[in-house]
Amino acid sequence: MDLVAILRIAVRALARNKLRSSLTMLGVIIGVGAVIAMVGVGQGASKQVQDQIAAMGSNMLFVSSGTVNRGGLRLGWGQTKTLIYDDMKAILQESPAVKTAAPGGQTSAQVVFGNDNWFTNIQGTEPQYFDIRDWPIVAGTPFTQAEVDSSANVAVIGASVRQNLFGATDPIGQTVRIKSLPFKVVGVLNSKGQSAAMGQDQDDVIFVPITTLQKKLTGETWLRFIVVSAVSKDATYAAQQEITSLLRDRHRIRTGQDDDFMVRNLADVADLADQSSRVMTMLLASIAGVSLIVGGIGIMNIMLVSVTERTREIGIRMAIGATEGDVQRQFLIEAIVLSLIGGAIGILFGVGSSLLITKVLGWSVLISPLAIVAAAVFSGAVGIFFGFYPARKAARLDPIEALRFE
Amino acid sequence: MGTITQIDATRTVSPAAPGELIRVEDVHKYYDLGETRVHALRGVTLTITRGEFVAIMGASGSGKSTFMNLLGCLDKPSSGRYMLEGIDVSKLEKKDLAVIRNRKLGFVFQGFNLLARTTALENVELPTLYARLNKDDRVRRASESLQMVGLGDRIDHYPSQLSGGQQQRVAIARALVNSPAILLADEPTGNLDSRTSVEILDIFQKLNDGGLTIVLVTHEADVARFAKRTLVFRDGKVRRDEPVKDRPRAQEVIKTMPSIEED
Repeated sequence: MDLVAILRIAVRALARNKLRSSLTMLGVIIGVGAVIAMVGVGQGASKQVQDQIAAMGSNMLFVSSGTVNRGGLRLGWGQTKTLIYDDMKAILQESPAVKTAAPGGQTSAQVVFGNDNWFTNIQGTEPQYFDIRDWPIVAGTPFTQAEVDSSANVAVIGASVRQNLFGATDPIGQTVRIKSLPFKVVGVLNSKGQSAAMGQDQDDVIFVPITTLQKKLTGETWLRFIVVSAVSKDATYAAQQEITSLLRDRHRIRTGQDDDFMVRNLADVADLADQSSRVMTMLLASIAGVSLIVGGIGIMNIMLVSVTERTREIGIRMAIGATEGDVQRQFLIEAIVLSLIGGAIGILFGVGSSLLITKVLGWSVLISPLAIVAAAVFSGAVGIFFGFYPARKAARLDPIEALRFE
Repeated sequence: MGTITQIDATRTVSPAAPGELIRVEDVHKYYDLGETRVHALRGVTLTITRGEFVAIMGASGSGKSTFMNLLGCLDKPSSGRYMLEGIDVSKLEKKDLAVIRNRKLGFVFQGFNLLARTTALENVELPTLYARLNKDDRVRRASESLQMVGLGDRIDHYPSQLSGGQQQRVAIARALVNSPAILLADEPTGNLDSRTSVEILDIFQKLNDGGLTIVLVTHEADVARFAKRTLVFRDGKVRRDEPVKDRPRAQEVIKTMPSIEED
């Protein structure tokens, strides 16, 4: 039987009970809309995390000094004093998977400019750090290797520090005081935003040469961390291996003993973050999926009522030559039309609510074409699945009984 | 029209005689209701040839409706054989029975049984839809069929906008649209006033004049006399089978009736 005619019959049958049909569709509309909006929210979050991780720097590894065990008291990362500048030089020389590396020391201090002051994080490093972290300077220049070598009092400031300390004033060439020592501001960093892993403000920082930090601000001779850039993304795992064995060797750690340092691969962090947002997306989508199934049950319910109401019609159709297949197809298509129209409206509803979420809550929502296609296909499948039993019931009717039905 | 009628007494399977349309051989039908078995038909044997106009009569419970359902391929006999145009229908699957109903049989019911909120044309079109004709053929044949019953000007009317007689004519047009071998009418005048009843019978007589075989179930002798042959059922058996004498022409009868304008 041709599809146009069968579709017309289905649409007309549905149009006969407009309120009932629309209420039935509502279940599917909410289901499909929820799936699209929730997947959008999940994927938006996932994308945000990935962007932030990409912003942390390319092919980056993070070597931090390790924990120490003092008579059973373990103090957490960053407590050992064994990670030193020579370790970094050794990594650069001996690990072929490593492209560049920069040392890192850290303290925090009250920084004063004119009448303003600001408590912030002071990090010591070398100029290549900004390349490794993929962190451009928007004004001025980074400090030079010569300035590192001479422990010069120069500083590169983060966007938040600039804002809090200088306001409208051009910071380049100005002098700030850190622990009473004057530092000349030579550069301002681009804003990096919150970190993906911890959610802290990455721009609330001042960079000074590592030598200056160690000699004049902290007095530490060891490094808190080394930032390493691998030659390629695939090389990060090799670099991780090489650095680990190299440092164990240099720190004379015997087999079976714990590392006194930690190598973190940002690709791992990225995978982890990606995985967790994926799990969240799945969770949201499956909760939304449940509402789609509830919508499907609504369709089944109404189709069963419809079959009972139209028993006589089914009898007439059978008497004039409709086969079981014809009757079954008619009711199945009705259920599918119901769920597909619901699905189409649901897609609009889902896209609309995604846009609303973006606008009102400020979350980034990513509407993927795949989710839309999947929702459309799934709503059709819901129609087939939940329409099948009522259609089967209609087709199995005895024409004589059906004709007698009042 | 040949009205060769006979009861096949021999019960043996013989090849379809020329002109033979229906051959029913020792057909039984019973329903098992729990522990009791209800016999609706207890051995019916008869033949109907092409061009006959048969009225089946009988009180309720006589088995005439059951017999009609069997003739209409809506049901299968419990035992015995039913040959329609040489096909042993009693051995067919449900699906094939639907095809037989669609191509070889036309139904007219007491309650008209038109689909509500569906135009006359679309109602008539339905059997052609199940015959899988294309749209153009469907519309052409449906409108031809409606013209044949004198409703060519009301194809877009809904059943609710038509009188009982007109609705029954739409039903007849629907029954005829696939050019069936036989028209089965179950109390077609049961819901109609006497004048309209005669008008419907007039249509039947004219169709029969054109060569169409008609089987009509009625409990009114007044209606049965317009046929050429009557079968009287009682207790699941054919008790009388005789040609109608002095058959009136419906067309003539209408002229004698008081005119109540229907349209």
